[in-house]
Amino acid sequence: MSEKKTKRRDFLFTATTAVGAVGAAAVVWPMIDQMNPDASVKALASTEVDVSSVNPGNTITVLWRGKPVFIRRRTKEEIDEARKVKMEDLIHPEKDEDRAKNPEWLVMLGVCTHLGCVPLNDKGDYNGWFCPCHGSHYDTSGRIRKGPAPLNMEVPKYEFVNANTIKIG
Amino acid sequence: MSDHDYRPKSKVGQWFNDRLPLLTLANHLTDYPTPKNLNYWWTFGGILTFCLITQIITGLTLAMHYIAHADMAFESVEHIMRDVNYGWLIRYIHANGASMFFLAVYIHIFRSLFYGSYKAPREIIWIIGIIIYLLMMAAAFMGYVLPWGQMSFWGATVITNLFSAIPLVGEGIVTWLWGGYSVDNPTLTRFFTLHYLIPFLILGLVVLHIWALHVPGNNNPVGIDIKKPSKDTVPFHPYIVIKDGFALLMFMIVFAFFVFYAPNILGHADNYIEANPMVTPAHIVPEWYLLPFYAILRSVPDKLLGVVAMLSAILILAVLPWLDTSKIRSAVFRPLYRQFYWILVADVLILGYVGAMPAEGLYLLIARVATAYYFLHFLVILPVLGFKEKTLPMPLSITEPVLGGSPNLAAARNKESKIE
Amino acid sequence: MKNLFKLFSIIIIITSSNSYTFAAEKVEYLKTDWSFKGVFGKFDRASLQRGYQVYTEVCASCHSMKYLSYRNLAEQGGPEFSEAQAKAIAASFEVTDGPNSDGEMFTRPGKLSDKFVMPYDNVKAAQAANGGAYPPDMSVLVKARGGGVDYIYSLLQGYEEAPSGISLDDGVYYNKYMYGNKIRMAAPLSEGLVEYGDGTNATVEQMSKDVTTFLMWSAEPHLEARHQMGFKAIVYLIILTILVYFSMKKIWSRIESEV
Repeated sequence: MSEKKTKRRDFLFTATTAVGAVGAAAVVWPMIDQMNPDASVKALASTEVDVSSVNPGNTITVLWRGKPVFIRRRTKEEIDEARKVKMEDLIHPEKDEDRAKNPEWLVMLGVCTHLGCVPLNDKGDYNGWFCPCHGSHYDTSGRIRKGPAPLNMEVPKYEFVNANTIKIG
Repeated sequence: MSDHDYRPKSKVGQWFNDRLPLLTLANHLTDYPTPKNLNYWWTFGGILTFCLITQIITGLTLAMHYIAHADMAFESVEHIMRDVNYGWLIRYIHANGASMFFLAVYIHIFRSLFYGSYKAPREIIWIIGIIIYLLMMAAAFMGYVLPWGQMSFWGATVITNLFSAIPLVGEGIVTWLWGGYSVDNPTLTRFFTLHYLIPFLILGLVVLHIWALHVPGNNNPVGIDIKKPSKDTVPFHPYIVIKDGFALLMFMIVFAFFVFYAPNILGHADNYIEANPMVTPAHIVPEWYLLPFYAILRSVPDKLLGVVAMLSAILILAVLPWLDTSKIRSAVFRPLYRQFYWILVADVLILGYVGAMPAEGLYLLIARVATAYYFLHFLVILPVLGFKEKTLPMPLSITEPVLGGSPNLAAARNKESKIE
Repeated sequence: MKNLFKLFSIIIIITSSNSYTFAAEKVEYLKTDWSFKGVFGKFDRASLQRGYQVYTEVCASCHSMKYLSYRNLAEQGGPEFSEAQAKAIAASFEVTDGPNSDGEMFTRPGKLSDKFVMPYDNVKAAQAANGGAYPPDMSVLVKARGGGVDYIYSLLQGYEEAPSGISLDDGVYYNKYMYGNKIRMAAPLSEGLVEYGDGTNATVEQMSKDVTTFLMWSAEPHLEARHQMGFKAIVYLIILTILVYFSMKKIWSRIESEV
């Protein structure tokens, strides 16, 4: 009899604690989620860039979601150099054909995959980009070739709205 | 205080506790002997701690999105209400939390007044409490300025202008407070800074408040000292923790009702109009919790004296332990004081009511009478009452009325039965 | 229980004394049944969509709604236009953007992320165009007026001939619900002013109700989420309170049996 009573008491306390804990967790979530991107930030998903004035061999940098995006109009030599590279030589194997659907235009986030610095144009051992922070070398397709960065520079979702306009995002 | 020597069981615990006696502190807090006859009016201390922590957490999260600039403050509040994930929830908790905080603090203060908790040896607890209350008012006032609506702006203008009543240096002080020639962006940014700082000052004072409480221990509804801790007290945990928790949940239901179903009822519509230095709203009214003092301010037809009266109305509380000459703490055994106590409660409610009304005609007359009575209560009635009043016989210990041993304890027992 | 009762009476006294400002110049507002009132209150989608139509076709020529974006029109709990409809609505407005690479501002069709286009560039321009009176921004208008939705709803229908003895200046109109009865806005609605797509008869009363509903949503875009969460929160709190109550009884029974 008394054992039964103890059990019921224990159950009551366990239930109370459990229900209380669920509530506490539910209250914590809004306090965490408020730091996630808000509705107005999420809405600014895409940006359109006019690239008609970019000459071959030049790069323009535009801001998208607060990050620099490199848009490079590549020369014939750069494209050939990028496409010749064997996959075995790459740290993060990706075909140039997959990175630049239109071979003349390379669009990628200008953010080093090591720790987020912005690499410099036309620098480094592979004629592409060089990150001055910790010495990562990228080739003419924006692929990591040497240095501490683990991945190629990221290609965002983009499309040509018309011959002169790229829509990023 | 039966602070038996505590020693942690584990070796690591002992090693740590010898260097920093946190475990001793935790043990003191859980075992803290609390009078077993505390009623629900005593749960508001815990509720107030909850209010403070809620305000700090929601305030910190709001500060992550709020922009303290005259051109952007109103917009950033709307951004919080519309776009920030759960921003509306956090802001409504914070805004209504201020009202809940004051509701709880008024109950806490009036509990203390009824049961004489401010009397020896608890004067320091009481005075720290008054300082906390003053800081709460400052924090609440500055917080109300931050959304930069019409009431924010004009409230800030009116309240800061109170300082201009000070002879000679008044104008200079007001200009210094504003950082300009009117309430403007510099005022807003400094108010934001101070609004952010004050809660942490309050938190520090709350620690002192509780520390000072733990020296003599709690007062109790009978108002007599603990004679036999083993019989008269229970350990804080789990007895008081669960009781405070129960009361807190009831309080939270009321709180939730406001947040979810009437989030703007305690605010003023004009604060959803962006601040405009060229137009004053038709009625300037402070938040409800400041209304009694606002009524006192307006009832005096002189600028300086009005401000003095308003400040005195609060500061007079700090010397209350010495104005009240009665040796008996609890109003349960003071039949006359009990009557005057309820008259004071009514007086303060009346002041609050007329504080919300236009300062003219009958309202002004009522405000003047009520103001006069407010001071009369503290300056004349309380000191005299201590000498004149015939108090009821006191029980020997707080467990006695529970046991129902002695016939002349009827009054105490009646009060006790109300606990349930 | 008695304590609880006291607590509630204090709260009631406080709230009732606070709502005085609205009572001071109390006029009986016109009443209608608002679907968004009450514990489970929700907006009437069709009414919100019609209200948006009234806003764009009638109010928007003078009143801005600067805190709203076109994307809000497709968001849950609002008019809930489809994403395509909201995009089309946005694209029907010319938005000033820029500067472009030549340093010049240009206009383009609106996007979902754009804020509602403002009728005037700034307050001064708005005043100049309206005989010195500034048509207030309507984003939070419902919350900025003591009478709330009932006031707006009544005001829109409160235009009358001025009673004899009240003289009105040029460009000032008589409205029985306006504070002081004098208003600088001419009666904005008239029978059949808009043509509702869903065939609803566009009476002044109907348009007033629709646009007021729309304004309520614009002022409280998360009202539905708030009501739903509130119900859950309070039910949860009541359950937990009951559990804690019985736990408390158990715990306190230990010492009560000792005594």
